[in-house]
Formats: sequence, C-alpha cells, structure tokens
Amino acid sequence: MKFVIQVNEGPYNHEASTSALNFVRAALDAGHEVFRVFFYHDGVNNSTRYTTPPQDDLHIVNTWSELASKHDLDLVVCVAAAQRRGIVDEGEQERNGKDGNNIAPGFRISGLGQLVEGCIQADRLMVFGD
Amino acid sequence: MSDIKNFLYLNRRAPYGTVYAWESLEVVLIGAAFEQDVSLAFVDDGVYQIMKGQDTSGLGIKNFSPTYSALGDYDVQKIYVEKESLDARGLTVEDLLDLKYEDEDDDWAEKDSIKVVSAEELAKLMDESDVVLSF
Repeated sequence: MKFVIQVNEGPYNHEASTSALNFVRAALDAGHEVFRVFFYHDGVNNSTRYTTPPQDDLHIVNTWSELASKHDLDLVVCVAAAQRRGIVDEGEQERNGKDGNNIAPGFRISGLGQLVEGCIQADRLMVFGD
Repeated sequence: MSDIKNFLYLNRRAPYGTVYAWESLEVVLIGAAFEQDVSLAFVDDGVYQIMKGQDTSGLGIKNFSPTYSALGDYDVQKIYVEKESLDARGLTVEDLLDLKYEDEDDDWAEKDSIKVVSAEELAKLMDESDVVLSF
C-alpha cells in the first residue's frame, strides 16, 4: 500500500510525531511505500535542526532526518505553517530577509498542495495528532 | 493526475483558541485547485466555526468566518453539519452562516450548501470518502 502521512503536532509535547515515526518504520519494514510525510500545524517544529534534547532523550528531528536519508523519504514542511512558527530554509531566508535558517537535513519547505497531491497519489492518508 | 477522489474535511474544533480551524480552511482553499470532489463536515465544537455574527475584536485575532461564504466560489458545495452536535450546544441551522453555491446544472440557481445530517449519516459519509482530513 502507498501511504501519505500527516503530522500535526510538534515533538516532545505530543506523541504524534514519534507515533508517526514508528508507523513509517513499520510500514516500510512491511514492504509498504511512504509517498510523502507532510508536517502541518505545530508539526512543522519537527524540522528544526536547532533542536537539542538531553542526551538520554530520543532526538526526534535527527531520527526523521536519518530515516529520510536511509529510505529516501520525502519530508515536506508546510510553508504557511512554517512561516508562522519560524522554520526557515535557505530559500525562505532569502525571500523573507532572515539572518539564518534552521531546516534539518532531509526536510524541504513547500506548499499545502503537496498534501493534497499526496492524498490523490497515495492509497491512504494517515493523520497523526489529536 | 489520477481519477477524482472524494475528499472530506472533518472540522472538529472551535474556531478560536487553536489554529486548527483556520489551517484546515487553508487546505480547503488550496485543495480546490486540484478539482477533487470536496465535502466539509462540522462536528463537536467544530459547528461554532460556521456560526453567524462572530466577533473576534476582543481576541486580537482575525475573524476568518467570512471566508466560509466564499467556499461556493471554490466549488465547495457540500457542507454537512452534525445534528447531534448542534443539539448538544442548543444551536439550530438558523444560527449558522447562510452558505450558498451556484448550481451550474440548474441555470446557476443559488442553493444552500449546508445540510444537517445525523451522526449515523455522517459516519456513512466518512466511510464513503476516499480521503478524510481531520482537523
């Protein structure tokens, strides 16, 4: 089955992101395809490389980055939600005149159309959040 | 692009207090460009999203409820509201925005978009949808 995943909550405050991580890993292990992971609402906070949890905590951002690199996952961060919450890549930095960027490896910022397109292309949408 | 799918946007939360309602509406507006079969449903506190006479001046945030009136222009013609959720909050369809669309198959006659449905009917609608986006 081809899945598209939506993550609606940030890391640490809510279990949604780790549940999504576990689901994606299990789906890939079972031979399914993950077409795209779309980060929306506070879910965009999963994509900042400035995240620095204590060493004995799961590093959720790095775990996403590693999983993306290993399985060539498409991790897409909603641009409108990202702008509201200060998630910036090089393009957004330039466009909005910011003094830096913070996007983690493996993530890219794009529009909501990527979520809708994912829903059209995939067999099933899985939403993680409340 | 693949065949047209049935998209159901399920709105469950009050319009203010969290950003979910507004960010759901943003997906609906962007998604309209993909020309899918779109329905919106309002349940639980989500019914407050489409109430008449919203005034956010005390909140210091934008009142986005006028945007729902534009949905007809985005070809969103099916808006379902769960009866049980209205009843539990002492509301009727009279308390809701007067949302309309123009029916191109009927000489562009203006028609009501809102349809009040039971929880059972809504469950069936969800079951029949290809994609349920829950906010």
